[in-house]
Amino acid sequence: MLNFRSPETRPLVSLNNTGVRRNGRWLVRGVEFSIGRGEIVTLIGPNGSGKSTTAKTAIGVLKPDEGYVERIGGLKVGYVPQKLAIDWTLPLTVERLMTLTGPLKAREIEEALAATGMLHMAKAEVQHLSGGEFQRALLARAIARKPDLLVLDEPVQGVDFSGEIALYELIKQIRNRTGCGILLISHDLHIVMAETDTVVCLNGHVCCRGTPQAVSQSPEYLKLFGRRAAGTLAVYSHHHDHTHLPDGRVLHADGSITESCFPGDGHHHHEEGEDVHDHDPDCGCGHHARLHGYEQPEKRDA
Amino acid sequence: MLDDFFIRALVAGIGIAIVAGPLGCFVIWRRMAYFGDTMAHSALLGVALSLLLELNLMVSVFIVASVVSLLLLFLQKRGALSTDALLGILSHSALSIGLVIVAFMTWVRIDLVGFLFGDILAVSEADIDIIWGGGILVVFALVYLWRPLLASTVNPELAEAEGLRPERARLFFMLLMALVIAIAMKIVGILLITSLLIIPAATARRFAGSPEIMAVLASVIGALAVAGGLFGSLHFDTPSGPSIVVAALALFVLSLLPVGRRLESASHFPNGGHQ
Repeated sequence: MLNFRSPETRPLVSLNNTGVRRNGRWLVRGVEFSIGRGEIVTLIGPNGSGKSTTAKTAIGVLKPDEGYVERIGGLKVGYVPQKLAIDWTLPLTVERLMTLTGPLKAREIEEALAATGMLHMAKAEVQHLSGGEFQRALLARAIARKPDLLVLDEPVQGVDFSGEIALYELIKQIRNRTGCGILLISHDLHIVMAETDTVVCLNGHVCCRGTPQAVSQSPEYLKLFGRRAAGTLAVYSHHHDHTHLPDGRVLHADGSITESCFPGDGHHHHEEGEDVHDHDPDCGCGHHARLHGYEQPEKRDA
Repeated sequence: MLDDFFIRALVAGIGIAIVAGPLGCFVIWRRMAYFGDTMAHSALLGVALSLLLELNLMVSVFIVASVVSLLLLFLQKRGALSTDALLGILSHSALSIGLVIVAFMTWVRIDLVGFLFGDILAVSEADIDIIWGGGILVVFALVYLWRPLLASTVNPELAEAEGLRPERARLFFMLLMALVIAIAMKIVGILLITSLLIIPAATARRFAGSPEIMAVLASVIGALAVAGGLFGSLHFDTPSGPSIVVAALALFVLSLLPVGRRLESASHFPNGGHQ
């Protein structure tokens, strides 16, 4: 894969064939990817496809039952979990939230809150924030500690469209300014942040991976999203060679059906740059590409 | 009027209130009221074992409460029954086994009501040493563990991801609870210990702007409740535990009085409504 950054450092985190099993069932299996400094990796996939599990495995909250995870020594993580409910009995202002996991200087708190546009809310109780404000407060908390790796589990949930663009802009700025690696989980199967270096599509395993196509290259999307969004969002078209059926079996591109889609069954193959758009409309993955037949150059200019 | 035994009970009770304040805040924030109740009820089993094996009472209660909380953590992880069912089973079984053992020991006479509801006459000078010694230990441990405990209260995975080891914090929290139950038992009584944890903390919530302020306020309110309750207990010859809880409840109700809001609503309805 093309990478415009110097390869002088080891990746911050790399997952090697990791799998997590709970109650005799594999939540996710055979995951391979790595995140370097300044790199943005976006995980997409339907509900229950193992995105959060994979992110938690990457940062050591979950231990893999298979494969292994390598992290550089002393890796500093900033984490924004997918669900965070703060009991109303806990009096917690935005300002106090900032130092939840470690001490910070007043200046660092101020900078992070200013960067996320939350400075005016510093004294507000977190329970009184709107969904979007709360997400920005959590993001401010995660970046204030100057992490090497920022892990954002659906950071744009509960945020309206223009708020989503603003958040992606902000994430891009954070990456450019601090050079941290970013692992982003997206709720959207087709639209990802334009700055993403690698998209990994999960559905219990790595379905496919690739680079997104800039929206600005397509007049249709430009019309749909408007000019402001076009620089921030990108389209990820899926290259799947198999489909997950509702009963858990797998339908392959050649029409055959197997019990699983693991390499052992002799079917699995996702070469990079493969240009197959053989998506079944009833795809269990839930992401029949809206862009079926839509062809654009694969590599986006960095 | 202020006899020696009363001063002893007051000093002991205030010592307990100081540690119960911050610990009670965590009990509320983590929604662990029934967990605390279960640990407290198991204290009677501790009392029975201390009589049977001739162990120090507080040590025995501390050990039993710790074992019960670890057992609960273990059973929760196995996930066969819901937590509230497990709490119900453990809580009442431990209490009942304790009562049955006490009944078998016909050679000892114990003041069961004193253990269940507290007895201000029961506090000795040695107890005060243990209460304040143990209390200082608990306060230091809480200060040391404050950040990981608070972070894992907000979200354990967040705490884990950012290197704060929430499991360790949780384990220490259980041991601190067991310690407070062991030292609070004589004053407040086994059945009412959790109320001394919860009511002052709940009262403090309305006035607190940060977790730290809430913890300190809960200690102060708890100390006021202990003083008020013990005076009442002496004056009306009532058991000390319920008297303290009633005093704490009175403070809680006072904190709920919508003084500001009532003034506001009076000005909202200048016509005086239906008359």
